[in-house]
Amino acid sequence: MGLLIIVTFYITGRGLGASGALKSGVVTVVQTVSPDHSENNTYYSKFTNDDTSPLNNWLVYEALGVLLGAFLSGALTGRIKLRTQHSPKITKNRRLVFALIGGILFGFGAQIARGCTSGAALSGISVLATAGFVTMVAIFGTGYLVAYFFRKNWI
Amino acid sequence: MGPIIPNELISVEWNFVIAILIGMAFGFILESSGFSSSRKLAGVFYGYDFAVLKVFLTACIVALIGLFYMDYLNWIDMSQLYIQPLYLYGAIIGGIIMGVGFLAGGFCPGTSLCAVAIGKIDGIVYTAGLFIGILIFSEMFSFLEPLFEKSNMGHVTMDETLNVSPYWIILIFTVLALLAFFVSDIIRKRVKKVFY
Repeated sequence: MGLLIIVTFYITGRGLGASGALKSGVVTVVQTVSPDHSENNTYYSKFTNDDTSPLNNWLVYEALGVLLGAFLSGALTGRIKLRTQHSPKITKNRRLVFALIGGILFGFGAQIARGCTSGAALSGISVLATAGFVTMVAIFGTGYLVAYFFRKNWI
Repeated sequence: MGPIIPNELISVEWNFVIAILIGMAFGFILESSGFSSSRKLAGVFYGYDFAVLKVFLTACIVALIGLFYMDYLNWIDMSQLYIQPLYLYGAIIGGIIMGVGFLAGGFCPGTSLCAVAIGKIDGIVYTAGLFIGILIFSEMFSFLEPLFEKSNMGHVTMDETLNVSPYWIILIFTVLALLAFFVSDIIRKRVKKVFY
């Protein structure tokens, strides 16, 4: 993993990312459904221009690669299967409700912090960016503080 | 001298091919480390599985030492690498929200993509949540913009923030990480095993 980060910085001058591609997806959907709305919103309009689609973006291709790479690894080890993984102490529905809530919070938080665990924390720390250290401490610190309240879901 | 693409040493058309290849390597490493499992990822917060901590910190150390050594050898110009700007309030508040989101959902965006790729329904639902969260943020942007833009400290690095040599920071970070590995092994032996 560390070597991959070095190669990525060496070739592209930037680190890895994941949430950026999802943001491009959201921007594309909003732009397609209502072009006026995306133009009038100062956040969407940061990522749109008249010439190319927001999906024509380095991070989007990288995210497609992540899906392919993970599928390949899963296929080689026989892990590909449609299923919901959850602790035997909770129901499948409870797991899915919490997964949805967690996703909403994480997506929201990643926009405020300008990056997620890959883009902000992992890639940031690899070049000593202060923002990477602050984000990592905030994510993991909060995780340990709130772990008690979510314990039933995991242990 | 690197980085290659900003210095136009190869043509731009290769950029997207490289993006897919790098992504594939990233996804393959995450999935084969077992990170498509939310229960493995959450283990770091309950002491029954520290794979996240080990992979994350090892990756940081290898990348830090490697990049600074390549800079020392003049193979890469560190000053050309992208340093994420620090917006103090955004980084802290965003990080706190992500921390709660992680404990609730059990994934981060990169690992949830891996879970989607191998057919985890919880991963698919989580990824749908990510889209909704980003949409909510964007729709509320005019309200959130003051917080989003507050206290921009620029593209700062730790050696500038703390005013010490970067080599000292890397050394201290490495020692702290080794200490964390040592302590985490002791904790894991004492915590009840969880099977998943």
